[in-house]
Amino acid sequence: MAITQMIGAHIQRREDPRLITGHGSYIDDMRLTGMLHMSVVRSPFPHARIRSIDITDAAKAPGVHAVYTARDFKAHIAGGIPAAPAFIPDKKQVPTHYPIAETEVCYQGEPVAVVLADDRYLADDAAQLVSVDYDPLPAVMDLEKALEAGSPTAHEGAPDNVAWDTILPGGDIDAAMAEADIKLSLRVTQQRLAPTAMETRGCVAEWVPFANTLTLWTSTQVPHFVRLFVSGALGITEAQMRVVSKDVGGGFGCKAFPYPEEYLSSASSKLIGRPVKWIETRTESLQSTHHGRGQLYDAEIGAKRDGTLVGLRVTQLLDSGAYVGVFGSFQTCAILLGGGCYTFKAVHGRTVGVLTNRVPTDPYRGAGRPEATHLVERLVDMVAAELGMDPVEVRRKNFIAPEAFPHPNNFGLVYDSGQYEKTMDRALDMLGYGDFRKRQQELRAQGRYLGLGLSTWVEICGIGPSAATAPAAGVALVESSALRVHPTGSVTVSTGTHNHGQGHETTFAQIVADALGVPYEMVDIKHGDTGETPFGYGTYGSRSLAVGGISILKSCQKVVEKAKRLAAHIFEASEDDVVFDQGRFYVKGSPDNAKVLGEIAFASYGAGLPEGMEQGLEAITYFDPPNFVWPFGCHICVVEVDATTGAVEIQRYIAVDDCGNVINPMIVEGQLHGGIAQGIAQALFEEMSYDDESGQLLTGTFLDYLVPTMAEMPRYELDRTVTPSPTNELGVKGIGEAGTIAASAAVINSVCDALSPFGIRHVEMPARPDRIWKLIQEARS
Amino acid sequence: MRHSIAVTVNGVRREDAVEPRLLLVHYLREVAGLTGTHVGCDTSQCGACTVIVDGRTVKSCSVFAVQADGRAVTTIEGLADGGNLHPVQEAFWNQHGLQCGYCTPGFIMAAAYLLGQNPSPSDDDIRKGLEGNICRCTGYENILKAVKQAGERMAAGRATAPAAQPAAVGS
Repeated sequence: MAITQMIGAHIQRREDPRLITGHGSYIDDMRLTGMLHMSVVRSPFPHARIRSIDITDAAKAPGVHAVYTARDFKAHIAGGIPAAPAFIPDKKQVPTHYPIAETEVCYQGEPVAVVLADDRYLADDAAQLVSVDYDPLPAVMDLEKALEAGSPTAHEGAPDNVAWDTILPGGDIDAAMAEADIKLSLRVTQQRLAPTAMETRGCVAEWVPFANTLTLWTSTQVPHFVRLFVSGALGITEAQMRVVSKDVGGGFGCKAFPYPEEYLSSASSKLIGRPVKWIETRTESLQSTHHGRGQLYDAEIGAKRDGTLVGLRVTQLLDSGAYVGVFGSFQTCAILLGGGCYTFKAVHGRTVGVLTNRVPTDPYRGAGRPEATHLVERLVDMVAAELGMDPVEVRRKNFIAPEAFPHPNNFGLVYDSGQYEKTMDRALDMLGYGDFRKRQQELRAQGRYLGLGLSTWVEICGIGPSAATAPAAGVALVESSALRVHPTGSVTVSTGTHNHGQGHETTFAQIVADALGVPYEMVDIKHGDTGETPFGYGTYGSRSLAVGGISILKSCQKVVEKAKRLAAHIFEASEDDVVFDQGRFYVKGSPDNAKVLGEIAFASYGAGLPEGMEQGLEAITYFDPPNFVWPFGCHICVVEVDATTGAVEIQRYIAVDDCGNVINPMIVEGQLHGGIAQGIAQALFEEMSYDDESGQLLTGTFLDYLVPTMAEMPRYELDRTVTPSPTNELGVKGIGEAGTIAASAAVINSVCDALSPFGIRHVEMPARPDRIWKLIQEARS
Repeated sequence: MRHSIAVTVNGVRREDAVEPRLLLVHYLREVAGLTGTHVGCDTSQCGACTVIVDGRTVKSCSVFAVQADGRAVTTIEGLADGGNLHPVQEAFWNQHGLQCGYCTPGFIMAAAYLLGQNPSPSDDDIRKGLEGNICRCTGYENILKAVKQAGERMAAGRATAPAAQPAAVGS
C-alpha cells in the first residue's frame, strides 16, 4: 500500500478513555427492568449418579421465583453443546454434553440446578437449599491409568476413556531415526491451567414473550458462534436471536465457544418470561470455565553427531476432561508444529484424547503451540548438552533457511516466511552472549547458579483458510466486514471479529483511515453485536488482523473502486484516468481539481448517478486467506536459581519477535508483554491441581491458584525484526499468542541450564521452589 | 433488617437503607449505580474492586457497606476533575497500561494512593505497592511505566503550579 500515515503509527487507544474513567460496559454492569439473578447449583463430586434432587426448600426461600433442573429444560433445550468435528475428524467418542446434568455428573462444577431470585444474594442463599442426593462413582483422574484395561470410565457405561486415538504421520520416521547417532527421550507434563480472564464469564438473557425474540448479552469472544448454537438448541431462528457483547474483560481463549450457562439463562428467561442475569464467581470460574493444556508428552528425538536433527516421535495424551471441548482437539496441533523452526526428515505423532472427570479443556492462549515449542526447545537443548555443543549452534545448524520459504513442513503445512537466525542473532546481541558464559562459569565457582534459556519459536495463526479448516470443520473460518461511507464522509465498519483487549477499535480504524484516506477520527469500528455485524467467526488464534483486518482492507478497496467510477462520471472523464490518492480523487494531470471521499460519498446518495449505479457507498467482504501466517522469534531468559531454597529469579528476559508488518507498535509490545507473562506464569507458578483420590479441586481460589502479580514479574527487553507475510496484502502476521508460545520454554531451559552442574536434566512445570529444592536434594544424595 | 447509612460517594452525600451483609462493592455498583468498580475474585486477591475510603485504599469486596457509614468514598468515577483526567488515568492511557480494562479502575485507584504516600517511588516500591492487584493482560510492564510517568508529572505539576493539582488521594 502506498499510503502509510496511520499504519505503523504508535497511536494511543481510543478504547481507553471510557475504560480508565469507569465508563466501560462489562456484562455485570447491565441491569434490565424485572431482571432476576440466576445462581447455578453445581456438583461437588467429580463423578456421581444423581439419585434425586429436592428443590422444595429452595423454591420457598425468600425472593425465589423458580428453581429449574434438567427436567424443566428438556422441552426447551434440544441436544448438547457441540464439539467441532475439525482437527481430529475421526473421534471415537464424543459424550453428549447437555448444559445441565440429569442423571450423572461427570466433573466437579457441572450444573445440576438453577435458582432464579430477586438478587444475587437471595439466589445464592436458595442455591444452598437445593438438596441433591448423589451416589459417588469412581473418578477418572490419571491420564495413563484412564487408558488401562479395566479402568473405571468417566461416563457410566462407556466402553473406555478414549475420545480419539489418531496417528499423525509426517514422513518415514523409521528411516529418519535410522540415520540418528543419538536418540534422546523426554517426558513433559503440560499442567492444566486456568485461562483466568479478570472478568469472569457472565450473561444476561432477555426473552420477550409473545414477540418471541431473545437477546443474549454475554462476555464472549465469539458472538456469532453463540447465536448459531444457542438459537439452534432453543429451536428458534437466528433471526429471532441477537447476541451482544460489549466490553469483554479478557478471554485468552476461554470465551471462544458457548457455555452451559448461556443456554440455561436463555431458556430460563423463556420459561419465566423475565430477563435473567448470571455472573460467575471466581471459584466457579476456576472450577467450570474450560481449562487449557492438560497434556502428557513422551517424545524421542534423533540427531547426528554433528548436531543435525533427523527425526522426532511424539505421543500426546490430551486430557479432554469430561466432554470434548468445542475446540479441544485443536490442541493436537502441538504435533503438527512439533518440528518447530527446524528441518527434520520426519516427525511422527500419535495423539490420544482422554476422557477424565475434570472440566473440559479447550484452547488457552497459544493452544498447542506453547506445548510444541516447549517440547522441541527442551529436546534441542538436550541434544546440545549430549553432544557438548552450544545450544545456539545446534539451532543455527537446523533452522529452516530464509531462502527455503515458502517451506512445507513434515505435515504439509506451508510456513510463509521467516528469518530465524536474524531474530536469534539480535537477541544474542542484546544479551551480550559472549560474556554470559564466562560470567556463568565464574559465578558457579562461587556456588551461584545462573542459567540461560533460548526459545526459538514459530507458530501457526491467522485461522484460517477454508481449504484447511472447512473440509473438516464444516465452516470455513474466514472473516467478514461491512463498510459504509455515510453521506458526509464518516465511515462505519462492522467486523465479525470481537475485541477483548486487543485494541481493534484503534488498529482497524488505522487501516481504514489509510486505505480510504479519511481522517482517523471519522472512522468508527463496530463489533460484538450480531444485530449490526455480518456473520463472523470472532477473535482467537491470533486471527483478527490477518483475517479480519484484511477483510476490512478489501471492503475499503471495493468502496474506492465504486467511488472512482462515480468520480469519473462527475469529472466526465474515463475511469482509467481517475487517480485515487490519499482520499482525493482527480483526473490525471489535474490534482488541483480534486474531490475528497466525503464529496463523492455525498454524491453517491444523490441523483444523477452513472447508468446502472445504485445509490450509496458501501461494501461487504468475506475474506478467505490463502494460507495461515507464521510469526516467529527468539526469546532468551536468564535466571539465577538459589540452590538453598530452590527459588528462581528472572534476571533478564529478552524477546525479539517478528510478526511481519505492524499496524500499531504500542499494541504489539503490549500483546507481547502480556503473552510472556502468561508463559512465565505457567513455567513458574500456575497449576490447576486436583486431589488424585477424591478428584477434588485444590486450587479453587486465587489464594491457591497463583496468578503472578507485579512483584513476581521481570522487565521485558523487546525488539522486532520485520519479515512481511506473503500471505496477505498488508504483510501482517499475528502477535496475540506469541509471548505465551515462546516463554515457558525459555524459562525452563534457563532453569535447566542453571541446574546442569547438579546433573539435573529436566524440570517440570511449574518450577516452584519446592520442586527444584527436591531435585537438588536428590541430585546431591 | 436494614440499616440506614450515610456515605459521601465522590463528594455527594447519600443516605440508603441496606442489609448488613451487603458488600461495599455491591452498594457502589448496584445501589449507587457506579459500575466502574469491578469484582474480579471472591477472596480479595485481585484488587479490581479497590476504592478509597477516607483517604485509604480498601478492597471494597471485603468491606460491608455499613462499615462505610459516615465515611467518604472515592471511586474511579470520582477521580477525574470534570473533563480533566487524573494524572494516573492520563498515564495509563499514554503508556498503554491497560488492555481489556477490567482490572484498570482498581489499579488506578491503588496507584493514585501509592503516589500520595510516596510521590517518587522506585520500580521496586511500585511493584511492592501494587502487588495487591492482578492484571492478566499487560504483564505489568506498562503499568509500571504509567505509575512512574504519573509520579513524575504530578511532581512537575507540584513544582510549577501547585494550585492546578487535582484533589490529592491518599495523602
